[in-house]
Amino acid sequence: MSKAMEPDLQTPLGRASGQASKEWRHPSDNWLRGFILDNRAALGTLGVFIVMMAAFMIANPTVFTTWYLYSSVLTTLPVALFVVVPLVFVVTCGEIDLSFPATMGFASWVFALVVQAGYDPFLGIAAAILTGTLLGFLVGSLVVYGGLSSLIATLGMNFLLRGLIQIINEGKSTALTGLSDSWAYAIFSSQVWGIPVQIFWAIAFVVFSALLYNRHRFGAQVKVVGDNPDSAKQMGIDVKRVRVKVFVFVGIGAAIAGTFSVMINFTWWPTAGDGYLLPVLASVFVGGTPTWGGIGTVVGGAIGAVTVSFIQTGVVAAGLSGFYVQFFNGLIIILSLLGHKWNQARYR
Amino acid sequence: MGERIIELRDIKKSYGQVYALGGVNLSVDRGEVVGLIGDNGAGKSTLIKILSGVVRPTSGEILVRGEPVTGWSAARSRDAGIETVFQDRALAVQQTIVRNIFMGRELTGFLGWLKVNKEIEEASRLMREIGFTSKVFTPHSIVGQLSGGERQGVAIARAIYKQAELIILDEPTTALSLTETAKVFHFVRQVRASGRSILFIGHNIHHVFDIADRFVVLDRGKVALTADRSEVKSAEDLINFMEDVAHPGGLPGLHEGAEAEQRA
Repeated sequence: MSKAMEPDLQTPLGRASGQASKEWRHPSDNWLRGFILDNRAALGTLGVFIVMMAAFMIANPTVFTTWYLYSSVLTTLPVALFVVVPLVFVVTCGEIDLSFPATMGFASWVFALVVQAGYDPFLGIAAAILTGTLLGFLVGSLVVYGGLSSLIATLGMNFLLRGLIQIINEGKSTALTGLSDSWAYAIFSSQVWGIPVQIFWAIAFVVFSALLYNRHRFGAQVKVVGDNPDSAKQMGIDVKRVRVKVFVFVGIGAAIAGTFSVMINFTWWPTAGDGYLLPVLASVFVGGTPTWGGIGTVVGGAIGAVTVSFIQTGVVAAGLSGFYVQFFNGLIIILSLLGHKWNQARYR
Repeated sequence: MGERIIELRDIKKSYGQVYALGGVNLSVDRGEVVGLIGDNGAGKSTLIKILSGVVRPTSGEILVRGEPVTGWSAARSRDAGIETVFQDRALAVQQTIVRNIFMGRELTGFLGWLKVNKEIEEASRLMREIGFTSKVFTPHSIVGQLSGGERQGVAIARAIYKQAELIILDEPTTALSLTETAKVFHFVRQVRASGRSILFIGHNIHHVFDIADRFVVLDRGKVALTADRSEVKSAEDLINFMEDVAHPGGLPGLHEGAEAEQRA
């Protein structure tokens, strides 16, 4: 076919170039409106967080203006962030992963073993991430190639892996006394200008993942697969491979999270990661990622994690007894879901 | 007519005990519009799925430009220059127009990072080319907000992006308004004029008759008729033929009715 045979596709209703391109130029009337439309779920989550913090401030101004409160939240929050963000990918892909607490425990166990054996903690981190990758691949393959429901299969894997840890360790923990002198600790778990350094790594991870989600082929395919797997398949996307990849991503995130949690405490417990299951899941949905797949927000999920972390600290610091924590957790989740439902339409 | 774009030889497809296709031969040459018609259950959808690589045949041979293919898949089909506009349009409705046009074919640069601006530019150009422009929607619009005809436009824009040599249109005029149907017809004629080929699958025999150079009638998994345009005088001929195939003995009253219509 010669160039001369090219179709004269310029003629139909729209004129080829010139004025038509101007009409098509901008996503919205102005950049601010476009920005708000593109990020309405994340902005909604931010709104919830600000209102909640304002309520805490009013309830107890003295506690909420002390740095110590924020410092303690900033130490533990990164652990949650490293799993909340990959879970946004999983939920967007139309799946769920409940096995990450056990993956956190398993990967950090490998880290503890390597460090205890006298190797450099960097090697331990590498081994932990490798473990997380393999476990993520295992869980993902089981769900995708086994054709199992991810809700049930990952719940099963969570029990199975945790059981393995408990059987082998018989409930004993591992103390890592030499860790605080290592380079790895200084880089990943110390403080700079009084700020826990973990939060910088977590922020870097969130930014990288947000780019991966919005500006990378992986994110684009995850969204399409979650939106309409049949169409994705018809357009030549390897749907199964994309699904396995999101589970691998969770495995990696869980491994980093587990390692960070061990470095905070200098001790590995056989229950490491267990407490994160519900707060992390809540963070994803409080953050504005809907349950039905296809869309989501990484930044929203991160803000959701911040919100959830502050509920517990905030309720206690505001002078209420610990018995109120669960009640407020539930309240925030329900209010957020109602807000997001009103905030975003579902297209079919 | 020149080069043979694709050829199916003795394609069979069975689902368990049920044969959806029982040995189909079909070919499409460069620059021709082939109209594929058949009743519900004739095997049209299965045939399209095989051509687009979504389903693999149980047996038979697929030749692309004379070369037999191995490892046929949706990705391979698209790489071979075959694009399909599916009946359900195969769109991800919560995503933007850009994301749908580049579904499975993202424009990426270094390490798989998207060339966002290039994608927007190309999407705008494509939508303009096929005449689906509007002040109401932009490349960033969510497909779920578009009308049926506009969604069809997105699906067609996606199909023409890589200068596909064969475009399969599966029931492209179903549920479209008259002007939107006219747009689709216009598009088909443009593609033919450019020397590329179309496989047009239609329920509406009049639509197929208006547009196709060659007709293939599928019946219960087999090709019942292949006819050039010159051999078929009117759409009614095709309708009569299909009735004959469907009811070999003839249904009492049915034929008289059709003949009476023709006489009138």
